[in-house]
Amino acid sequence: MLLEINPLVLPDIGLVFWNTIAFLVLLIVLGKFAWKPILKAINDRESGIEEALLKADKMKAEIATMQSENEALLAKAREERATLIKEAKEASDKMVAEAKEKAKLEYDKILTDAQLAITQQKNAALTEVKNQVGTLVIEVAEKVLRKELSNKADQESYIKQLADGVKLN
Amino acid sequence: MSFLRIKTLLVAGFSLIAVLSVTNSFANENANEGVKEAAKKQEGSFNVTETILEHIKDDHSWHLWGDKSIHLPVILKTSKGFEVFSSEKLVDEHHEPVVYKGNFDYKLIEGKTKIVDASGNVDKEASKQLWDLSITKNVASLFVSVFILLVVLLSSAAAYKKTGVKTAPKGLQSFMEPIILFVRDEVAVPNIGAKKAGKYMPFLLTIFFLILTNNFLGLIPFFPGGANVSGNIAFTMTLAVCVFIVVNLSANKSYWEHIFWMPGMHWSMKLFLAPIELIGVFTKPISLMIRLFANITAGHILVLSLICLIFIFKTVFASAIAVPFAVFIGMIELLVAFLQAFIFTMLAAMYIGMATEEHHHEGHAEAAHH
Repeated sequence: MLLEINPLVLPDIGLVFWNTIAFLVLLIVLGKFAWKPILKAINDRESGIEEALLKADKMKAEIATMQSENEALLAKAREERATLIKEAKEASDKMVAEAKEKAKLEYDKILTDAQLAITQQKNAALTEVKNQVGTLVIEVAEKVLRKELSNKADQESYIKQLADGVKLN
Repeated sequence: MSFLRIKTLLVAGFSLIAVLSVTNSFANENANEGVKEAAKKQEGSFNVTETILEHIKDDHSWHLWGDKSIHLPVILKTSKGFEVFSSEKLVDEHHEPVVYKGNFDYKLIEGKTKIVDASGNVDKEASKQLWDLSITKNVASLFVSVFILLVVLLSSAAAYKKTGVKTAPKGLQSFMEPIILFVRDEVAVPNIGAKKAGKYMPFLLTIFFLILTNNFLGLIPFFPGGANVSGNIAFTMTLAVCVFIVVNLSANKSYWEHIFWMPGMHWSMKLFLAPIELIGVFTKPISLMIRLFANITAGHILVLSLICLIFIFKTVFASAIAVPFAVFIGMIELLVAFLQAFIFTMLAAMYIGMATEEHHHEGHAEAAHH
């Protein structure tokens, strides 16, 4: 036979027989107790990692949205604070202005009242002075006239003098 | 990262040591062989071919060291039933074959057990009925590799149960996992497709690891290595037949259609292609068988030939050239050991992929019309 030329290419039935048994044993035993659990474990781990990665991505996105939300909230709060401050300032300014106005009004009122009172007092005082002066003048004039008109001649000359003074129109 | 580098350095170092020991012990073995040869024959009639073939061929005893060796059991099935005896009885103290009288008279003729008649000639009729199921060196080495595989893989499978899925692999488990992932991601999935690959993973993994282990055991020159299992045609034939069976059992309708009646061709072309495609069905596993056998055997022959140079020149100084070259070839052998296991599995996966592929007939039908 051609194959018997070289013993190397002539397969021994013994090795074929034992090899078939060995291979089948390996295939069955390893297939059931090694490959199956190992491949399952690897697959489980891979899917676990994939899941974890997906979850991490989701979390990242969530955190990002939360951050932007936070930022929006912060901005809003800042704005609110600014408006609050502005309002407060305005209110205080208004209050100050009002108080100033009120004070001015009061002051004006007090001033006018005082002025009024002063004028009144002044007028009253003047009237009194005038009255006093009048009485004093009358007294003085009486005394002077009594003394001057004690003689008859003087009396007549004075009357004459007064009469000259009166001009009939 | 630094750990990884240290690991790589260690691996490289160990490989170097392994290769060195391979060549050294080959040299020792050959020295012994050479002495024997010299004692047997006249000085200077050192037969290189015989010496090399003796190392590559199967044997009934497994050499340990010096003149110590394990005599493996011979199991014979004849017309008179099974018979088991030690292979020690087939050789005398000078390792020359002698006749053993069991149910028949057995004698080793060129390493094969044959039935001989009283005058010592081979009884061809009776020998045809003889089934030699002996535990030879190759069979024993195969069992060693099966044992190693079972221990290593079952213990790493147990590690997954113990540590759970979520923790990173440790120890042996972390060494096996990348190889398993390599077979899955580089061999099975690209050729078969992710959907169907899972079904064939156990088959491909078993083939890959069996070939790989035997390739590496074959590179170890002493016990428990030293046998040339993956360089034996019976071993590669068995695996190739397994691939052939799996491929053809999993083949779908369109695969057979593409073999017997190629769609999208003229009918005359179809008739022409059918026998070629049919031959292809058989040449695929045959190429698998020959490729692995030839690669591993060629590597062993190369290393042995280089070592034999020392005995051809009959000077120890020849080793100055022979040993470095043998080391170099040994390194390549380490690569080939992995590469051939990968190629065998790769092609097996490719054939399975071709057999299970879903074809799109619309394209073919259109092509036929034009």
